[in-house]
This record gives sequence, C-alpha cells and structure tokens, in this order.
Amino acid sequence: MSIADKQQDIIEEFSMLDGDMEMTINYIMELGEQLPDMDASQKTDDSIVKGCQSKVWLMAAEQNGHVQFQADSNTAVTKGLVSLLVRVLNDESPDDIMNAEINFPEQIGMNRFIGTQRSNGFAAMIKQMKLYALALSSKSQTDA
Amino acid sequence: MSVITDISVNEIRKQFPILNQDVNGKPLVYFDNAATSQTPQVVIDALVNYYQKDNANIHRGIHTLAERATTGFEATRKAVQQFINSNEVEEIIFTKGTTEGINLVAQAYGRKFLQEGDEVLITGMEHHSNIVPWQIVCQQTGAKLKVIPVDNNGEISIEEYESLLSERTKIVSAVYISNSLGTINPVPQMIELAHAIGAKVLVDGAQAAPHHKLDVQKLNCDWLAFSGHKMYGPTGVGILYGKRQVLEKMDPYQGGGEMIKEVSFAGTSYNDIPYKFEAGTPNIADVVALKAAIEFMNEVGFEFLHHQEQALLNKGRDILFDIDGFQPIGNAKEKASVISFLIDGVHSFDLGMLLDAKGIAVRTGHHCTQPLMDHFKIDGTVRASFAVYNTVEEVEQFAEALTDIVKKFRK
Repeated sequence: MSIADKQQDIIEEFSMLDGDMEMTINYIMELGEQLPDMDASQKTDDSIVKGCQSKVWLMAAEQNGHVQFQADSNTAVTKGLVSLLVRVLNDESPDDIMNAEINFPEQIGMNRFIGTQRSNGFAAMIKQMKLYALALSSKSQTDA
Repeated sequence: MSVITDISVNEIRKQFPILNQDVNGKPLVYFDNAATSQTPQVVIDALVNYYQKDNANIHRGIHTLAERATTGFEATRKAVQQFINSNEVEEIIFTKGTTEGINLVAQAYGRKFLQEGDEVLITGMEHHSNIVPWQIVCQQTGAKLKVIPVDNNGEISIEEYESLLSERTKIVSAVYISNSLGTINPVPQMIELAHAIGAKVLVDGAQAAPHHKLDVQKLNCDWLAFSGHKMYGPTGVGILYGKRQVLEKMDPYQGGGEMIKEVSFAGTSYNDIPYKFEAGTPNIADVVALKAAIEFMNEVGFEFLHHQEQALLNKGRDILFDIDGFQPIGNAKEKASVISFLIDGVHSFDLGMLLDAKGIAVRTGHHCTQPLMDHFKIDGTVRASFAVYNTVEEVEQFAEALTDIVKKFRK
C-alpha cells in the first residue's frame, strides 16, 4: 500500500468519529497501545525528538531497502500520534519517505485537536523520520 | 457601573460572557485562572469604549481626545494607588506585567547598586521571571544568587531564611503566593527580617493580587510587582509599585519618549517618577480598562472572594484526594485556591488533553518553575486554579471527569 493510500485509510477511519474530541483522543491512545514499547536502553538522548512537549523517541533501521521505524513516548496521546506516522512511513523506501507529503494530520483535524505547540512536535517527528531516511539512503549509496 | 446587585456566584458569572460557551461539545469549566483570569463585561466595555471614543496618545496632546485618554490613564494610576494603599500616586509605574516589573528593578536598581560579593536572596519556589532577571544582574555585577530551600510540603522555613540573611544580602525577592503550589509565604515577616539587616525587598505579587488585600504601607515592601491579566483585567498590563525614595535612586530602565525632561545631543535629563520608568507610548487602552477590573474586585470584595475560593479549595481537597492514585503536590498550611497534583501511572499531559476533551481547562507542565519541579523530582503537574466565578458544581464535575479518565488507564 502506498504512503498516500495509507493516509487515505487513516482519514477514513477518523471520519467515523465525527469530530468528537473525546472519542478521537481515546482512539489515538488505543492506536498507541498497539505500538510495541521500545527497550529502555534505546530511549537515549540520541533517539529523542527535539521540539516535542512530551518525550518522543524514534529509531530507524534499513531492511531490504526499506526503512523500519521504532517509536515510543512517555505519554499515551503522543504515542498514539507517533504510531500513526510509523504506520504511514514504515516499510517504505528512503526516497519515498523523503518525498512523502504528509497531509493526514490536517485532514483528520489534528491541528484543531493538538494545538500549535503539539503541531510543532508533530512536525518535528516528521522531520526526524525524513532525516533518518536521508541518512539511510546515503549510507546504502556509500555501501554500494 | 457594575451590575452586581446581590453578590452571589451566579450573579458574578453572568458578568463573564466567555464562561457561557461549550468547548469540545461540553460546557466550559475554566480552571486555569492562575495563568490568566477571565475579564468581566465591564472591562471589555471599557476597552471598547476607549477605542470607540477616547483613543489618542497621552500626556502631550492638547486636543480633547488626548486629554480624555490621559485622564483615563491617570485615573487607573489613582485606582491602583488606592487598591494597594500606596502613599503616593507617583509610586505606581505601569509595565507590561510582573515579569517586566522584576526586570526593571533588577536592572534599574540591582545593576546600579549590586557589587561583587553582594547577595540576592530568592525562594526555591520562584517563577522563572523571578529567577532569570536576578541571574542576569548577578552575572553583570558579580553578585551571588542564593536560594531559600523549599520542604516537601512546599513551604519555606523562617529559620532557614534567617540563617541565609547576612550583611551581604542586598536584595530579597520573594513570591507572595506560589503559582505552582498555591503556598502563601510569610512575606510580612520576611520583609521585616530583611529590613533589619538593611536589605531591600521585592514582592512578586502576581498570584497574590487577585486573592489577597495588598497594603504596601502595612507590608512595607520596597517594590511590589503584579499583573492585570491575573486579576480580571486585560492582558499586557502590569504594575510596579516602589517606594518613592527607592525609585528616585534608580536609573531609568529604558530610554525614549515620556521618560525625559530635556534632550539635547550633549545630554539628557530625566523626567520625575513614575514617568522616568515609562519610556515610549504605553499600553493605554489596557491601562484604562484595568480600572474597571479594580472596580469589579472592589465591588465583589476580598471577603467574598476569599470565602468563595477557600470553599472551592476545600471542596477540591475533599473529593479529589479520594481519586485512585491522586497525589497532591504542595500541602502548605497557608494555601491559595490552587490544587497541583499528579495521578499515579497517568502522565499529566494525557490528563490535560483528556480533561480538555471534556471541556475542562487546566494547566499541565512545569508552570515556569522548573527548579521547584526538580525539587519534587517531577517534570510537571496538573494544576487546577480557581477564581471567584467558579462553582462547587464545577469542582464536582472536575472530580467526576478525573475519575472517569483514571478508570480508563486502570483497565
């Protein structure tokens, strides 16, 4: 499934919640619960995303030309938010990730729900994932 | 001017149009008053009236509008003087807020008089705005910043304070009521002890002004700083009170219009207090409207205000403390209407988001008091802070909402 299709799926899922904030947040938290916890040893200063109000850790590795992300957060809501990004960008090629246009947060009214400060955090997470993709793509080019 | 006929919370609430709305589909419960309180209709009307009828630059214009704007501006100065019972109206300086007032004192007094080896004493529960200005001036002058430790109840001890006071102490700057915990510090006693060794005292009254009758002559503080937006007034306006003899010794804080007597390229002579400290066009509209907020508070009266807020605090303590995992942060014996807490196993940030989804506005985070959070070894709290328009029913709704949220995390 393409990045665009995955985003479309998310938009459709959230549209069923009818803009109810409580249901939306509860759903986001449920999604976060499905994201596997990162090992405590991986939650280091190197993997932390700067620019978020709560703590977010992100890691990436390359497998058969595709990027595998791991993410975690110390708050349930943020973990749910980052799990959505992992769902959209996981297992894609570095190029596709770097070129991806992430539009679902706006489409599911996330800006209204998470406020400016959190939106900035969201932007920081996207930026970090793209930076990982860039690093992995230059690494594979050097290795080749 | 006010429409309060019979003082009751319901009558008071009617004067605050903002409270009458749904947020996220639920009736708004506004418990973020320690950050910003809401403004009654009389304040909103004063702002609108100013822009509709009187807007002009103050003091130097000879036309009618300039005269009206000036009269309105200076009438607020007089109202503030009476509100805090200062000796003279010239001792009232308009600022942007408490933060600017403290910075003004640190630079205009501290930078001039502090020397290497001198000490500035603050408490461990200060807002960043009563820490950083002193760190800056200490760096500039070689003075040292000392901190009165806070105990696990969120209080300071007078004995420890006394042991830190010495002939090296030149300035004591202390918060009257802690924004994070609600602790009421023994400020009158602290001022007396500081004066006994010749130190000057600045009181951060940002949280005190909306809850306590402040009488600067009785307190005998050298400076008192507070903000309009925490006492039912507009944002962007604050007060710095200073004793005349202290203000006259201070250098100007900023240069510009209004603060001068005469300017030539050879040199400039400065205006008298308070204008010496009010460079540039001030925030005229908000200053004018602040008078309406003071009148509102006078009309409600501190007795009613205190009674209502303590009732909310007691109700909160009664019903919130029973919630599964509820941990109050700060248990001072003398406490204003602030409840700061954590819930075991639920991040304060999630609590804030979920409460907002239920229409309840609280603050989460470090409340600009990171050193205090470090003392409690936490990175923040949830803070519910009450104002005179809040009701016991709202506190009950809050407790129900919290119980509901906690249940979800316990499944």
